[in-house]
Amino acid sequence: MGVEGIGARVVRKEDRRFITGQGRYVDDVKMVGMSYAHFIRSPHAHAKVKGIDSTEAMKMPGVIAVLTGQQIVDDKVGNLICGWAITSKDGSPMKMGAWPAMAPETVRFVGQAVAVVIAETKNQAKDAAEAVVVDYEELPAAADIKAAIKPGAPQLHPEAPGNIVYDWHLGDEAAVKDAFSKAANVVTLDLTNNRLVPNAMEPRAAVAHYDQAEEHYTLYTTSQNPHVARLVLSAFYNIAPEHKLRVIAPDVGGGFGSKIYIYPEEMVALWASKKVGRPVKWTGDRSEAFLTDAHGRDHVSKAEMALDKDNKILGLRVKTHANFGAYMSLFSSAVPTYLYATLLSGQYVIPAIYAEVIGVYTNTTPVDAYRGAGRPEASYLIERMMETAARQLKVDPAELRKANFITAFPYQTPVIMAYDIGDFHASIDAAMKAIDYAGFPARKAKAKADGKLRGIGLSCYIEACGIAPSKAVGSLGAGVGLWESAEIRVNPVGTIEVLTGSHSHGQGHETTFCQIIAERLGVPISQVSIVHGDTDKVQFGMGTYGSRSLAVGGTAIVKAMEKVEAKAKKIAAHALEASESDIVIENGEFKVTGTDKSIALPMVALAAYTAHNLPDGMEPGLKETAFYDPTNFTFPAGAYICELEVDPGTGKTSFVNFVAADDFGRLINPMIVEGQVHGGLAQGIGQALLEGAVYDNTGQLVTASFMDYTMPRADDLPSFQLSHTTTLCPGNPLGVKGCGEAGAIGASAAVINAITDAIGNNKLEMPATPDRVWHAIHG
Amino acid sequence: MSTVKLTVNGKAVSVDVEDRTLLVHLLRENLNLTGTHVGCDTSQCGACVVHVDGRAVKSCTMLAGQAAGSNVTTIEGLAKGDELHPMQAAFRDNHGLQCGYCTPGMIMSAVDIVHRHGGKLDEETVRHELEGNICRCTGYHNIVKAVLDAAGRMKVAQAAE
Repeated sequence: MGVEGIGARVVRKEDRRFITGQGRYVDDVKMVGMSYAHFIRSPHAHAKVKGIDSTEAMKMPGVIAVLTGQQIVDDKVGNLICGWAITSKDGSPMKMGAWPAMAPETVRFVGQAVAVVIAETKNQAKDAAEAVVVDYEELPAAADIKAAIKPGAPQLHPEAPGNIVYDWHLGDEAAVKDAFSKAANVVTLDLTNNRLVPNAMEPRAAVAHYDQAEEHYTLYTTSQNPHVARLVLSAFYNIAPEHKLRVIAPDVGGGFGSKIYIYPEEMVALWASKKVGRPVKWTGDRSEAFLTDAHGRDHVSKAEMALDKDNKILGLRVKTHANFGAYMSLFSSAVPTYLYATLLSGQYVIPAIYAEVIGVYTNTTPVDAYRGAGRPEASYLIERMMETAARQLKVDPAELRKANFITAFPYQTPVIMAYDIGDFHASIDAAMKAIDYAGFPARKAKAKADGKLRGIGLSCYIEACGIAPSKAVGSLGAGVGLWESAEIRVNPVGTIEVLTGSHSHGQGHETTFCQIIAERLGVPISQVSIVHGDTDKVQFGMGTYGSRSLAVGGTAIVKAMEKVEAKAKKIAAHALEASESDIVIENGEFKVTGTDKSIALPMVALAAYTAHNLPDGMEPGLKETAFYDPTNFTFPAGAYICELEVDPGTGKTSFVNFVAADDFGRLINPMIVEGQVHGGLAQGIGQALLEGAVYDNTGQLVTASFMDYTMPRADDLPSFQLSHTTTLCPGNPLGVKGCGEAGAIGASAAVINAITDAIGNNKLEMPATPDRVWHAIHG
Repeated sequence: MSTVKLTVNGKAVSVDVEDRTLLVHLLRENLNLTGTHVGCDTSQCGACVVHVDGRAVKSCTMLAGQAAGSNVTTIEGLAKGDELHPMQAAFRDNHGLQCGYCTPGMIMSAVDIVHRHGGKLDEETVRHELEGNICRCTGYHNIVKAVLDAAGRMKVAQAAE
């Protein structure tokens, strides 16, 4: 390991601009002649749009246009799409209701746009929006799963009778039935996985420009995947052909999944920029983020586990209702199916699993992938089941887990996934040691003497990352391939540009990816630049989500580097009159092994571009590209243990300790990895204790601001104690697995298991607010 | 419209703004100081914190006119040329930022916290004091470390002056 190579805790290259206020986010972009958009949104969860009168608004100062949903339909702008086709158990395709970018006829959730005002200033657009009169005819709304599936419920889409998106299943129903018939013990649990609002700190924004001379569009947007945005905007939304559309995602202030999707506002800004002949800026405010950013989770499940007399798991049966909101967002269909049910085996040998998932439309904001996406829901379910089983069987929860751990790899689960490698005993042992698990009973007794209820809770998660092998996901219904691309340009002076289709919005790629180059070439990272987030610069890419950037994007970089190095070695060998096989790369030099002959990288690069003395037949230049398609998912796994105290008088929870032992394979920059875990844990703990999107029965989001939706604050969280165990991922040359989502996947079960342990009542829903905990204690 | 005269990062400025203009919009839109961010509309998140006459203020909660005659420091004015403020350096060295969006407000609040508490900062106090600044990326772990680290650095720097 060099000082800046793989494994080094290098401080981030990108930080200087952020700490000095020089970051460049979408709302910081200004264009000559820029106008401002403000959307008019439905105050009703379900209503007919009878008419829109903009006469008075058009007379107001600075107003350029009021554009409506009907105009967007008339201009043949495509409806929003869902990119993953799921087939119900009866063989029928998923039932997708039409979702126009602005509603011409019917609104189906509070906040859905019906029109947009374009004006000279943002305030003028807002003022004029107040003067637009929209005539709504209110319809009854179905605000949650229960209300949407009951007989006689209001119907959202004519395409989806009974508000059912799909009724899907996975696994072997007969084998599970057989397992339960042989069970010595059966454990059952009803679980709710609460609805969350992602709340990246930067609200979504778009700056769109149509260049009439070139017939070319430019869109600055808060995206995790600008190339996917360009593809969808051109191929499906019909706004501009791909070669006439440049999408730039500059600095982006957090994503967590919510900035994967191509939302109506970006579509409308782009469409409107041509319509009004002016650049158009839209910047969402926090209220709009609450109402229109895709929400996460929102499952209601029933789980049953069969165990034999030796406490070995025989089978698992799960029935889940998943809330989709009012429309199917871009990847929504995959989240409660292939990203959820495929992980229900957890870290355990479970010979038979059967899962049914019913997708349900409700008059709420669309739901899609949020940090972890399906895997937190699976992990929460299985880990609460393990804890519940241990309590019911009166065995130690750690021992029950250990007795059922998968120990031989590769391991084929009954739900598609083939785990390549892992060591679950190593991570649970590390976590138990870190928290002094053996000493817990004494600590609990002491807390009791002080009037506090102390609990300890485990969570042993596994996730599937490195999303994903294109052929595999294609066979499961995905509309895209999930490879990644990279291009390495060694410039004539020896500096290096790495162009990647991954997008960094907090993950630190500008540092981590440089470390891969530094490791291979022995050059300082100051000599390397990472270029990303611009479809005019980077050839193509599938973007950043599902903890895929390093395992997939990083591997594409390695593959491109291998090509660069192979060519550079040929050039060096030619210049040094040596055999190519004798050339080694060290400290930025190409050396003839066993001699003192060498040539520095800049001289090799210069030779490649001057082309005065290259091997016969070699093309000039030193620039290579690679597309990398993974062969399997990666499987990060780990063990989290939470120790906390509950005040029985108030129901308030206080952390004593939170330990995490993760196996992410090889760590490129441990400092950045730890940061990712911290952030994930905060979101998992937030889900467990604080966060919950609440709709009233008319479909109004009553938690639509930071005053009402409890974001984790510094004083809500403990400091975390992290450690790592390592099994190298055999599926990629870096041996990496991905670390971005682990915390959010594993933390919530650890917290709830600890609280239910403390209070001695297993019936507790998230968020476990003091009120809920107090009632769980006192009835 | 009114003319608002104030000092921003040591420079006297005079800006014509609508009376309803907030300080944050004057900074971002009129002065192009886009390091100060807007993350909410309820004065909760703290991404917009600047210093007004040496005190941390949420610039989304102050009218531009209220800042007339004041001395405003934004994140762009915190470093001395190329030399980072100890708080900026501590955020970088402790990996106290990820996406960077909350960071300017977080740093400006943190400087104010250290000023107010002097050397008497501990983890609990820092966590309590950061209640008005929301970060979605870091889980605060490294932010707290950075603030405590910077408190030490600022003490040393002060002693040296």
